[in-house]
Amino acid sequence: MSKAPAAKKRSRSGSTKKTKSSESDLFAFADAGVNQKMTVEEKLSCFTEMVRIRKFEQAALQAYQKGRMGGFLHLYIGQEATAIGTISVTGENDHIITAYRDHGHALAVGMNMNECMAELYGKYTGCSKGKGGSMHFFAPDKRFWGGHGIVGGQTPLGLGLAYALKYKGIEGCCLCYLGDGAVNQGPFHESLNIAGLWDVPIIYVIENNGYSMGTSQKRSSAHPDEGLAARAEGYKIDWDRINGSNLYEVRAKTAAAVARAHKESRPTVLEVMTYRYYGHSIADANHHRYRTKEEIRHYQETKDPINVWKNILIEEGHLTEEKAKEIDAEAKAEAKESIRFAEESPFPPAFELLTDVYHSVDNPGTHTNEGKIFFNDRLPFETR
Amino acid sequence: MAIITYRQAIKDALAEELERDENVFIMGEEVAEYNGAYKVTEGLWKRFGDKRVVDAPISEAGFIGLGIGASLLGLRPVIEMMFFSFVYVAWDQAVNNASSMRYMSGGLMNCPLVIRGPANGGTNVGATHSHTPENLIANFPGLKVVVPATPADAKGLMKSAIRDNDPVYVMESTVLYGNEGEVPDEEEFLVPIGKADVKREGSDLSIIAHGRSVLESLKAAEKLKKDYNIDVEVVDLRSIRPLDEETIIKSVKKTNRALLVEENKPFCGVDAQVSHLIQRRAFDYLDGPIHRLSAVDAPAIYSPPIEKIQLPDADVITREVLEMLQVKA
Repeated sequence: MSKAPAAKKRSRSGSTKKTKSSESDLFAFADAGVNQKMTVEEKLSCFTEMVRIRKFEQAALQAYQKGRMGGFLHLYIGQEATAIGTISVTGENDHIITAYRDHGHALAVGMNMNECMAELYGKYTGCSKGKGGSMHFFAPDKRFWGGHGIVGGQTPLGLGLAYALKYKGIEGCCLCYLGDGAVNQGPFHESLNIAGLWDVPIIYVIENNGYSMGTSQKRSSAHPDEGLAARAEGYKIDWDRINGSNLYEVRAKTAAAVARAHKESRPTVLEVMTYRYYGHSIADANHHRYRTKEEIRHYQETKDPINVWKNILIEEGHLTEEKAKEIDAEAKAEAKESIRFAEESPFPPAFELLTDVYHSVDNPGTHTNEGKIFFNDRLPFETR
Repeated sequence: MAIITYRQAIKDALAEELERDENVFIMGEEVAEYNGAYKVTEGLWKRFGDKRVVDAPISEAGFIGLGIGASLLGLRPVIEMMFFSFVYVAWDQAVNNASSMRYMSGGLMNCPLVIRGPANGGTNVGATHSHTPENLIANFPGLKVVVPATPADAKGLMKSAIRDNDPVYVMESTVLYGNEGEVPDEEEFLVPIGKADVKREGSDLSIIAHGRSVLESLKAAEKLKKDYNIDVEVVDLRSIRPLDEETIIKSVKKTNRALLVEENKPFCGVDAQVSHLIQRRAFDYLDGPIHRLSAVDAPAIYSPPIEKIQLPDADVITREVLEMLQVKA
């Protein structure tokens, strides 16, 4: 196949201009409006929040390996700047929805470690009463709509959240996250078409960690040279590509997309180039087969988003190594406490199997409903 | 009471609910400017405008998922399937997301969503367009499914479905759209979801049916009365999930015989569940085995005269009742 012709300069997006690179200049996006306005507290908070995600997941990993929880555990470690950077530029009318690698987003929107850890343990004190598990965290009061297990299945849901905002005349948007493996699912393309067609204020954030489970991007996706987000051009949607190691860049480019959604009610596709240090899930014991230890080490040593941000803050004079260690120790203690909380919490009582299935059952008298709705001849537990 | 068609009854329900609640909107293929592939939404776009009646591209997964997402923020989308057979391309959205989200969030959210459209065979459109998936939908805890047979039930159930706070599937029938019937005039005419209706009282045998099979059963009942002096009771389920177990059991305890009729395929069809319920709760009242009539167990055939044979009609129902009562035809 011949080499594709050089990409034309695009007017709608800055992604192909390559005027700035945070890969060679850590401060390339420091002068973006949204970053200039950042207070020292906000900068430190972003650092603390990223560290909290990492410590939470490291604690969860240990508990998982001790057999304290079931199912899958998809770790976000290595990708922290994406959730923290993007969510830190959202406002009170902006909504969040993501896929199954959802712990980072959950903590980023303000869910606490205890409810999240307890959910991993399947405990009654979990954010979903132990009914959802690792892949299904929710906090509608924080405008966080999950936590979705089926690859790409959340992409039309995010579209609907954004559609509802527009329908109600609210100046807001929805940030809908997906992995690089989800870009080949049909519903994502259906959603892009509708978003482009109807001017829906949605921002699709492709968190490209290079692997859709064990299959590298190269082996799974046909796409233009500029990357996966460039597929958006087929739907006349603006797009951009982001260095996911640099929080300034994540924030600057997300803020531009949020402004586009708020002011023009137009969608954006963002592709964040990032990396996960662990397997697809912890059950993915083969992750050293499809990539080398050197590749992982290279990212950890040169592109780790927490280290990069720490170096930026040290250089700016807002942080010291000692202070960073303190923050690290505090997050570690908080995560340890969440383990204790989860360990000591009760499992849900068996009658909870049959609650939260139907709104009409949980709220008698609010519907014109009659009849039998659950069909077990006999239940293996006492009913309330 | 006005006499209107099944189609008009649904249209009236949609119009009244659009008028009543600004969070209600209709979305689907050809529902707006084209006036609906089966004219159920005819005139609604002109009356309510672009925001409330929305033509969607042919993207069922996209716009069903959109409807679920929008319902989380309090909108009440009414999504039209041009044929219910098309829901299969959106299966993950329609059953997995719609049924699980409330549960997986521990009750933090709910999806007030209606998915409606025709689900029937008998129109010579071949196997891919002739599905009756009410049994499949009913298999998902979290979803509700209703199947109105008459104009009044179509209107009353549609209005209840739109006001419901759970996802409700309303399965209509292109064969019934032109049928006329009496419909109460009052605006607040609601048929409760989960309430069966005894469409004909009788003492000799209970026919339990839903959808078009109710009408075929009623025809058979008239013939059985006229020609054989047999009094058949016809119970219209109307709602599949929730299911009105009490009305079913009461009828069987009265007549001591049950014939279950549906256009579903037999294996794990709705009547497999009804049959289980009857033997479980009324075993000692039965004077003979429960009989079932379903669609002939093959994909829907195209050939028009043969497709007629594939679905249970009044003649087949009549013969089955005579056999059950050991009466010579």
